[in-house]
Amino acid sequence: MNKKNKKLALTGGAAAAEALKQIEIDVMPIYPITPQTTIIETYAGFEANGEVDTEIIKVESEHSAMSAAIGASAAGVRTATATSSQGLALMHEVLYIASGFRLPIMILVSARALASPINIHGDHSDVMGCRDSGWIQLFCENGQEVYDKTIIGMKLAEKVKLPIMVIMDGFNTSHSVENLEILETKVVQEFVGEFEAVSPLLDTENPVTYGAVALQNSYFEFRIDQEEAMKNAEEEYEKIAKDFEKISGRKYDIFEEYPASSAGKKTEDVEKIMVLTGSAAGTAKVVVDKLREAGEKVGILKINLFRPFPHQEIAESLKNAKEIIVLDRAQSIGTYPPFYSEIINSLYGNGRDAKFCVSTGREIKSYIYGLGGRDIFQKQIEDVFMGKIKSKYIQ
Amino acid sequence: MNKELTKYYSAGHSACAGCGFPAIVRAVLGELKTDVVIANATGCLEVTSTLYPYSAWKAPYIHNAFENAAATISGVERAYEALKKKGKISKNKKIKFVAFGGDGGTYDIGLQSLSGALERGHNFLYVCYDNGGYMNTGNQRSSATPYGAFTETTPTGKESFGKIETRKNLMEIVNAHRIGYLAQSNVAYLADLKKKAKKALETDGPSFLLVFSPCTNNWKFPTSQYVNVGKLATETNFWPLYEIENGEHKLSFEPKKITPVTEFLKTQGRFKHLFKEENKPHLEEIQKLVNEEFARIANLCE
Amino acid sequence: MAEHGAIIKHDQKKSPKTGAWRYMHPEVDKKKCIGCGTCVGFCPDATITIENKKAQIDYEYCKGCGVCAEVCPMKAIIMKKK
Repeated sequence: MNKKNKKLALTGGAAAAEALKQIEIDVMPIYPITPQTTIIETYAGFEANGEVDTEIIKVESEHSAMSAAIGASAAGVRTATATSSQGLALMHEVLYIASGFRLPIMILVSARALASPINIHGDHSDVMGCRDSGWIQLFCENGQEVYDKTIIGMKLAEKVKLPIMVIMDGFNTSHSVENLEILETKVVQEFVGEFEAVSPLLDTENPVTYGAVALQNSYFEFRIDQEEAMKNAEEEYEKIAKDFEKISGRKYDIFEEYPASSAGKKTEDVEKIMVLTGSAAGTAKVVVDKLREAGEKVGILKINLFRPFPHQEIAESLKNAKEIIVLDRAQSIGTYPPFYSEIINSLYGNGRDAKFCVSTGREIKSYIYGLGGRDIFQKQIEDVFMGKIKSKYIQ
Repeated sequence: MNKELTKYYSAGHSACAGCGFPAIVRAVLGELKTDVVIANATGCLEVTSTLYPYSAWKAPYIHNAFENAAATISGVERAYEALKKKGKISKNKKIKFVAFGGDGGTYDIGLQSLSGALERGHNFLYVCYDNGGYMNTGNQRSSATPYGAFTETTPTGKESFGKIETRKNLMEIVNAHRIGYLAQSNVAYLADLKKKAKKALETDGPSFLLVFSPCTNNWKFPTSQYVNVGKLATETNFWPLYEIENGEHKLSFEPKKITPVTEFLKTQGRFKHLFKEENKPHLEEIQKLVNEEFARIANLCE
Repeated sequence: MAEHGAIIKHDQKKSPKTGAWRYMHPEVDKKKCIGCGTCVGFCPDATITIENKKAQIDYEYCKGCGVCAEVCPMKAIIMKKK
């Protein structure tokens, strides 16, 4: 550890705010919603103490928060906001406009259940609801990851000119205090670099029009461009994460294999792999350690980058697993849950991008857990590994 | 084409022949003394001026969505402040921020966004061109549609004489935010509009213009008539011209002799049904509403 | 390649020539026109300039709405069938 790095006890929300402070956000439209408020309150505290130069706009809704973020980003400055649940749902319309404009806006999402019934606690329903909106989605397991991935994410978004959501579990991560390592501000700033706007509105000498009407003869091509940019984000993520490892010593591949060999690759003997993300991955790691000690050949694949989804690499990673268990913290009512669908997409067929036809009649199990903040315990994860839970819900 | 008038908003846009709003846009922007960034709500103006690959806008312009022109311009305006603070934009470089929206994007779906931006005190001018309904989508009623008007969602029929509700008073709502300058004007009175635009643009902080913008297509009058229809709206007191400067109300125009409102109504197909015998009480009701509202404003202006 | 983010720049060459819409054609009677400019600001397409104290119409963009003829105090603009 660099001696100039600090150790701080912070909540996940405060860790996000700390990273945003170091990155130097120019404009931050904010609107409160639980459990995201730890982020904006911490940041407002920085403003009150003169620690940041950010123009904070205290808007009247999340829709306006994203709308103002789009205005600011198009104007030519580094822009971020934070939200949860209904707030993200309210932004939904304008999320597509941000990505269509190719604006590198960041949202820190403290992921929470959606109404109805209303529930303020953590699950992934809100972020899954906008998985097709053209935003990069990066999941975090704990507060350290929130801090680190906010820094990685900002650089990635600005590199590929796409907006990004850095996602933490509402309450589980956003409100849990952990001891974190905070990098030197200078190092963070050098890493992320200066913001470079593509077509800033404030360059009045070179006027541009944002938000044109594109009809049948041109709309299609713009959408293809967006998809190409998103595809490119995977490779860029890997490069940026590698560079981040150099300054921090912390490694974030597009997904994490656990337990990992010293080379960072999956331990060869793993037969049963559990796919999941977020704070539950931390719990599952403890279970894996315990089961492996008892001789069970179990392991974890933790999703970091969810959009773009790294189908090919995941297929490769799961190639030799005898059993795959997918845990989702969201439903996709009327079809399979989101992670499960993606894993199936990765493994079957040889069309499009899925180059690996590895359908071998293996069991690929799907479970939903943790809706509305329901805790998941080590015992339950152990039971899932051991095939003791027959329902598709881990209640 | 006229060079001076097309400094910011050029010809080649596809607004209907005889549309009212282009003259509003040019009159307002013509009073600028600084650079400008423009935000525009979804609507006729936006759709007809930005059809890919052509943009009629020679100034920086952003159309975000229908309901968020005011929030969008808030973000642009704060970005300008952020860059000034950082020294990336010279302190001497003055930029004014102007948002345009129709009545649907302002009275209805964009009202919250407008209210928020007014309350926060951004340095911007919001111009609502009021053509009394959702004209871009083919003439549906908005809360700005006048009482008795035919629209596709307030059609006339055995049980209907058109819109049954009176117009929302947007000037009162905006005035409740206690901004420095707001005014009601009319495209048919360009000198009045320019004078008000100048004051609005010179205001430090939020300012607001509500401008009458006749729609040839959906109000159903010939393409040559928007100025005449606009003139009659003000001469009959249907659309009084006034301003509120630092809380002081001031009437900008008082007709020497008051023309009955029917003279305005009969120029447009959307009110045609009101001239049937059975709808006479509604015509009387409209005259009464006009008289009351004008008296209320005149009283405030004394 | 399409423009990044569909962000476009004004280029008059790309504009539709809206003069093609016209079915009634305004003609300025130069004898009657006093160059007052009343028509100029009202033209939705900014097609009118005052040159040598007379209104001049740009037919490339004039849609033929007839507003100019209607507002002319001298009745110096006549709408003609083309």
